[in-house]
Amino acid sequence: MGGYGDVQMIDENGLRVDGRGPSDLREISIETGVVPVADGSCRMKWGTNEAIVAVYGPMEAHPRKIQRQDRAVLDVAYNMAPFSTTDRMRPGFNRRSREISKVTKDALESVVLLELYPRSKIRISIEIVSAEAGTRCVGLTAASVALADAGIPMTDMVVSVASGKVNDVVICDLNKEEDNYGEADLPMGILPNSGELVFLQMDGDLSQEEFNQAWQLNMDAAQAIHEKMVESLKGGDSQ
Amino acid sequence: MNSRPVARLDNMSKRNTAGGPQRGGQAQLFVVPGEDLGESKGQDIGHGVIAIEGRLRAIKQGRLRQKGSTLSVDPTYTRYIPRPSDLVIGYIEGCTNNIWFVELGAPFNAILPMSLGPGKVEFGGTRSVMDIGDCILCRVQEVEETHSSVVTMKGLGLRKIRSGVIEEISPHLIGRLIGKGGDSLRRLKEETECRIVVADNGRMWVDGNLDGILRVRNILDELSEGSNSNSSGGEA
Repeated sequence: MGGYGDVQMIDENGLRVDGRGPSDLREISIETGVVPVADGSCRMKWGTNEAIVAVYGPMEAHPRKIQRQDRAVLDVAYNMAPFSTTDRMRPGFNRRSREISKVTKDALESVVLLELYPRSKIRISIEIVSAEAGTRCVGLTAASVALADAGIPMTDMVVSVASGKVNDVVICDLNKEEDNYGEADLPMGILPNSGELVFLQMDGDLSQEEFNQAWQLNMDAAQAIHEKMVESLKGGDSQ
Repeated sequence: MNSRPVARLDNMSKRNTAGGPQRGGQAQLFVVPGEDLGESKGQDIGHGVIAIEGRLRAIKQGRLRQKGSTLSVDPTYTRYIPRPSDLVIGYIEGCTNNIWFVELGAPFNAILPMSLGPGKVEFGGTRSVMDIGDCILCRVQEVEETHSSVVTMKGLGLRKIRSGVIEEISPHLIGRLIGKGGDSLRRLKEETECRIVVADNGRMWVDGNLDGILRVRNILDELSEGSNSNSSGGEA
């Protein structure tokens, strides 16, 4: 149990430290058009997580060696603000932010119709303003809303959400305590219209059965989050 | 632990959209990327729509439009992408001995070869005819597959712009500015007594007296703001 497993984080009623049931999500709110100079932008609040994403482009790719003759390239930069966590983050790139930038890029490349914009670049900046747990999911989800806001053609929007295991109970959308002291974490990137997977990582171990449970929790949560995303894009004029 | 507001799966869902968008009775329907638009059989694919495994899907957010058998999406926001024969307003951004590079607000600069330039230019004399920063009214001659485009200034009315001002709106608003059969643009010209040339890349040349230009500018600002408050959703 990694030495941490004996921390009691689920009470006798099956409720978690912040009062949620096993399959409940934290509160989510999404807003588009928050960066006026960008082609598309999005602010997403997810519990106490907050991400701001700006999308620029398509534009000419520089330097020229990164250009691809048959498609556009995505330039994803995930960054956490120094003030986003309780102990100050050292500004700038680190191993973690590079990794998340890469997996986010790979996930988005499978939905954006890159071949429509040869030799171009689409720049996506993900800034985490406030971090609790699951910022990669917030960043990826917010990035797909910002891409939609920028009018970039996509076959679907990516919804990212994590499930995990705490005290041998499989739960959805881990918060900070559950992420730190829990036994497993399974973030996924899901295409809500087809149920396809574009992103999957796992920390810790899950049995086959637990994995299937976590999978199902993520799939159900993705549908609910997708509805929030659609609602924010459609705004007031959906009716 | 303080308790925070919790969104439960069963209370987050307010609408049931399992059957795809309900098109009945609504003239225009707002769609988002990935939204299912029904069977592709018998439908022609227009802008912003893609067919995947026999079903149609939106790839941009915007309003759904059915015209004849063609289904398309009028996007709420797009960048300008040059198409052949578009009338455009560009700025000279660089030149070589025989080529000007023209910025059109598109992902790539267009080139204007000396042979398609205004009048006769001697080799090496490009800058004396049109210098960096100059504004020109030109037409897109050809667009290659790799999105590099060539513009021309050979044609009626194509010229270097020396007077008036250049205004800019998002390219997707041009349709609304011009109106049905050019009605609202004609009205705007009459009201403000200005000469207005609307280019396809969202730039327009406005020439007239100061009052008129300012009025045009106000009207354009209103148009842009109105579209912003409609399209960007606010808190959800």
